Amino acid sequence: MSEKEAIIRVRGLRNQFGPQVVHENLDLDVYRGEVLGIVGGSGTGKSVLLRSIVGLQQPTAGTVTVLGRTISEMEEEERKRLEQQWGILFQDGALFSALTVAENVQVPYREHLGLPENLMDELAALKIAMVGLPSDSCTKFPSELSGGMRKRAGLARALALDPDILFLDEPTAGLDPIGAAAFDTLIRDLQRTLGLTVFLVTHDLDTLHATCDRIAVLADKRVTLHGTMDDMLRSDHPWIKEYFTGPRARAAQASAIG
Amino acid sequence: MNGTTTATLETEEAEVGFLVRAKGAWTVRLVRDLDGPLREISPKRARGRDAVIDVTGLTRLDTAGAWLIHRTSEQLRVAGLRVSYRGETPEIRTLLEVAEGYKFGFNLRLPRPPAYLQLAERVGAAVVSVSNEVRGVLGFFGLLLGVLWRTVKHPSRLRVVPLVHHMERAGLDALPIVCLMTFLIGAVLAQQGAVQLQKFGAEVFTVNMVAITFLREIGILLTAIIVAGRSGSAFTAEIGSMKMREEVDAMRTLGLDPMDMLVVPRVLALIIMLPLLTFIADIMGLLGGALMVWQMLDTSPGVFIVRLSEAANFWTFGVGIFKAPFMALVIAMIGCYCGLRVTGSAESVGVQTTRSVVQSIFMVIVLDALFAVFFTAMGI
Repeated sequence: MSEKEAIIRVRGLRNQFGPQVVHENLDLDVYRGEVLGIVGGSGTGKSVLLRSIVGLQQPTAGTVTVLGRTISEMEEEERKRLEQQWGILFQDGALFSALTVAENVQVPYREHLGLPENLMDELAALKIAMVGLPSDSCTKFPSELSGGMRKRAGLARALALDPDILFLDEPTAGLDPIGAAAFDTLIRDLQRTLGLTVFLVTHDLDTLHATCDRIAVLADKRVTLHGTMDDMLRSDHPWIKEYFTGPRARAAQASAIG
Repeated sequence: MNGTTTATLETEEAEVGFLVRAKGAWTVRLVRDLDGPLREISPKRARGRDAVIDVTGLTRLDTAGAWLIHRTSEQLRVAGLRVSYRGETPEIRTLLEVAEGYKFGFNLRLPRPPAYLQLAERVGAAVVSVSNEVRGVLGFFGLLLGVLWRTVKHPSRLRVVPLVHHMERAGLDALPIVCLMTFLIGAVLAQQGAVQLQKFGAEVFTVNMVAITFLREIGILLTAIIVAGRSGSAFTAEIGSMKMREEVDAMRTLGLDPMDMLVVPRVLALIIMLPLLTFIADIMGLLGGALMVWQMLDTSPGVFIVRLSEAANFWTFGVGIFKAPFMALVIAMIGCYCGLRVTGSAESVGVQTTRSVVQSIFMVIVLDALFAVFFTAMGI
């Protein structure tokens, strides 16, 4: 296993909605074991990119290869197997509202593995503890949880099958700064302990500083730049300059260093 | 291949003590069949006081596997054995620490009360919610009357543009469906009536039957039910989604009364349009009936009109039309009331829309029954 194994490989991706082209000839690699942050202005198609990779959005052209298999060429069964190797955290958790938190986490066990009830309970409780939720939240319904807790519960469900890849769509959006910082730490800790590859779509500069190994910038319909935070700071691209060295960026940088 | 696609377990009594050997890939996909055997490992089989969990043979481990190993070691420890691991790598250690961080005693099951208590609870909750609903609707009715009266006193408060807009949406746009339905029902009524009345040789009275039932009851009832399903639900959904997006609150903070802006135009639009729709429904129903008797009984349109004027007087028609504004008031009021009851979530819009349609159709039929009693008492 080489150091730089591309676990997700996107080539020549094109996404078009009516006359509006969102992505044009977009290339992207995500390497095993890294945290890749995707940034870009509103409407540059960050979430569309995530949806194209996981197959929720059929790209107009181009190929997406995940774990060596091409998404668009897969049969139903093969796809189901592949889907079990990634976990996705949607923006607001996307928990099933009719089920309790514990039942939500158990959905993949029940659907795909048919584990014994006792073991399912233990594993669900373990996952819920791992994401830092208190024990009494197991029997709560999503509507009874705060936004931050819903995201943690969504993360527990995404981690249920011990995936290789974790997709996060704006994990800190809508959280207060304390909750967001705690969530950043949680993501980083889990990534290290479980050896996850994390694909993270975000707006949050603090998250980029705190969690990402590499950053990919979406602008002009493709990945304009990918590299480390230092590469970003050195870039001459007007949008990247504005984004990474604007007033808010300086504050985030100061807090990351301090 | 063996190492990555299977998870196996061996236990034996060795010189180091009771030995539990984990081999293969202990991952969530493969450990299902290990759960039972691991629970059944009996510490009684250990001769000494030592137990060793050998993880040297593991090719892969994830949190589920780590949990099983940790659980087994706890199980042996509780039975009084000294447990140690053999062959731990740093990766395995990290995962075991994750499992060790979890405390027992999580309660995952919702407490379920016995069936009779659940039954009693549901009955009680239903009674309370119905009584709240009735009180709420009556309160809203009072509020609405007050606002309508205020509008009558100060006609300048009336928003004309929304009024016309809703008249078009709830009235004009409903015409095709109302015409089609009433025409078909009129025809079916005539056809069924004719078949039955022929048995008594009384088929000439088919026209009387169609005219009276349609003008007095079916025309208005059918129109009201279509409008309740079409416009009542639309009122709830429109106002509900505005409520959800806090538009209603924004109106209040800008000094605009949602009753004036949202409710009054809708209620007045329906009060104006429902009688007109009913009038057209009556005509279409009679047309359907006339066509059917012409075709079945050879009663020409001319004869139909003569028999119609003998069978029905102004009040046969007037009774139906008279009911329309009242039903319109009830439908629009319930639609708006349910819309304003929407709380933050999208589900709530769905729940309230369903409730609005069910309640307004129910109220339309109740009102119709009350009117039937009233008109009979009045001798009309």
